[in-house]
Amino acid sequence: MVRVDGNGNGTSLIRVRNLDKKYQRGSEEIHVLQGLNLDVEQGDFVAFMGPSGSGKTTLLNLLGGLDVPTSGSITVAGDEVTAMSAKKLTGWRARHVGFIFQMYNLIPVLTAFGNVELPLLLTRLSKAQRRKHVETVLDLVGLADRMHHYPRQLSGGQEQRVAIARAIVTDPTFLLADEPTGDLDRRSADEIMELIGRLVHEHGKTVLMVTHDPRAADRAHAVLHLDKGVLVESAGEAPRR
Amino acid sequence: MAIPLAYNVRSVRQRWTSSIVAVLGIAGTVGVFVAMLSMARGFKATLVASGSPGNVIVRRAGATSEMESVVDLAQVRVMESAPGVQHDDDGPLVSAEVVVVAAFPLRKTGTDANVQVRGVSPKALAVRDTFKITSGRFFEPGLAELVVGSNASRAYSGFEVGSSLRFGGAEWKVVGVFNAGGSAFDSELWCDANVLNQTYQRPQNIFQSMTAHLRSPDDFQRFKDAVTTDPRLAVQVDREVDYYEKQSRQLTLMITVLGTLVALVMGVGAVFGALNTMYSAVAERRREIATMRALGFGGAAVVLSFVVESLFIALVGGVIGCVAVLPINGLTTGTMNWQTFSHLAFAFRITPDLMVIGIVFALLMGLVGGVPPAIRAARRPVAAALREL
Ligand SMILES: Nc1ncnc2c1ncn2[C@@H]1O[C@H](COP(=O)(O)OP(=O)(O)OP(=O)(O)O)[C@@H](O)[C@H]1O
Ligand SMILES: [Mg+2]
Repeated sequence: MVRVDGNGNGTSLIRVRNLDKKYQRGSEEIHVLQGLNLDVEQGDFVAFMGPSGSGKTTLLNLLGGLDVPTSGSITVAGDEVTAMSAKKLTGWRARHVGFIFQMYNLIPVLTAFGNVELPLLLTRLSKAQRRKHVETVLDLVGLADRMHHYPRQLSGGQEQRVAIARAIVTDPTFLLADEPTGDLDRRSADEIMELIGRLVHEHGKTVLMVTHDPRAADRAHAVLHLDKGVLVESAGEAPRR
Repeated sequence: MAIPLAYNVRSVRQRWTSSIVAVLGIAGTVGVFVAMLSMARGFKATLVASGSPGNVIVRRAGATSEMESVVDLAQVRVMESAPGVQHDDDGPLVSAEVVVVAAFPLRKTGTDANVQVRGVSPKALAVRDTFKITSGRFFEPGLAELVVGSNASRAYSGFEVGSSLRFGGAEWKVVGVFNAGGSAFDSELWCDANVLNQTYQRPQNIFQSMTAHLRSPDDFQRFKDAVTTDPRLAVQVDREVDYYEKQSRQLTLMITVLGTLVALVMGVGAVFGALNTMYSAVAERRREIATMRALGFGGAAVVLSFVVESLFIALVGGVIGCVAVLPINGLTTGTMNWQTFSHLAFAFRITPDLMVIGIVFALLMGLVGGVPPAIRAARRPVAAALREL
């Protein structure tokens, strides 16, 4: 069960309490998140919606340990992320978070294989084991035959599938996706959402996704809106799939 | 584990127009550096090769060079019978010698340059037993005949066997060419010491130095002790090798210092080139860096990666610089030998260790040019960099 009232019980995988984020722009202070609460359980698929500038990316960056909040706490699988040093946070990201970006963010000079292998270089896996893992996930996203292609030789949808493979190859605790279909045409977007849906339903992944696309949000277990710095549940309960 | 090297190598290739600035800057600097040092090496090698390990050179005590030394025949006679001196069928292997300097036109430019003319004893070739007559013959004692060093015969016009030269108020005939193994003697003219003294109207039986061939290099101390303690003599004794090595020191040092200074000035420029290339690489790859940080690569891994990239660029530059100057290896050039005020031919010598020094110098430039941009790359906040397009 996804909750936004701060009353989640101890079973939640991700627990966010009183999260505050302020940005300083010149003399002006922007209070983006204002005491935000969130509970997400293992296997949940959450969609965040909200107008541009409402703080969706900010929230995702905080959840993924890419940025630090002004105050409040984030706890993932018992680890208090917000209490970690920068160095510890880096290692934590490698083990627990899989990022999927709107612009894919593949390394242009590395092949699909090289891109997916990248996070595995931070593990103790041998070269042969890495190869096996990479082949498995590239097969899962349907790009086994594009292994040695460079990003510029792939379509946007294919690039995003490589990025998803890269995000799941280390089997992280949860996936963060910031508008994963935002740069794709309808068809490719549907394919990507299909893939993310499969990761949740067939592989039990926990996914937190920002999207502007109601069709994409429809696939999530819960759709949460960012409004005035806090999360509110969607008026109509999102259909469960 | 670190960010893979392939990432840097391919990035450098991808951005080759920017990389080439740094590569060429470093290549040019290393090239000049190696060329200058090879000149110093070649000069030194030429002079050092002039000495034979079994030979000693005797000069008047206190004389810094042959030019200002005086040794008379009586002294030579005393030293001939000193212990350690090698004898052949005709007696002791010693050569009492005089040197003068005469100007001759260089083949290349037609302008005059000084050549050292050495008056030697007829035994001179036996004393320096590695030297060989390569064409013609050795001079006849008592005649105004010259044998020409192989470099001198190449560098000056009119030194062909059979031709006649005028200097010191006499007419000389070139009768042979000798090869002295690329040493300083190859830039000299040799003739009979007594004839040279007569021609220059110098007193007979006064020489400037005496070179003796010892039975073995180990006899040096015995010979030295004997002649330096003899009250009839006031001389200094050096191994010939040491004498020429000392002669090479000043100019070798000068070329080395000059070469290093020039290389340092150029190196500053090359470092700025490398800095520029690396700063723009870091700027262009903000998102890539942020992505890797997001994936869990630490700041140290990013610093290392960009330093390695800069070192890679420097290595390419260093190798290109070394390879580019390699053709000058063995090329003959000339300089004034300030010890004798005569022209000395020598060859550039690019040895493997010199290339290693050049590559190390290149890597040093790469390091200095790579560290600041690498630190900047690692310092940039990840979340902010990911927002930029
Ligand atoms: N580093 C920063 N410094 C100052 N202000 C910032 C910074 N990052 C974000 N902001 C501001 O915080 C607010 C929230 O930004 P955020 O990117 O989280 O919004 P978003 O909901 O993801 O918007 P979009 O739908 O356009 O992606 C915006 O007003 C933005 O300008
Ligand atoms: Mg956003």
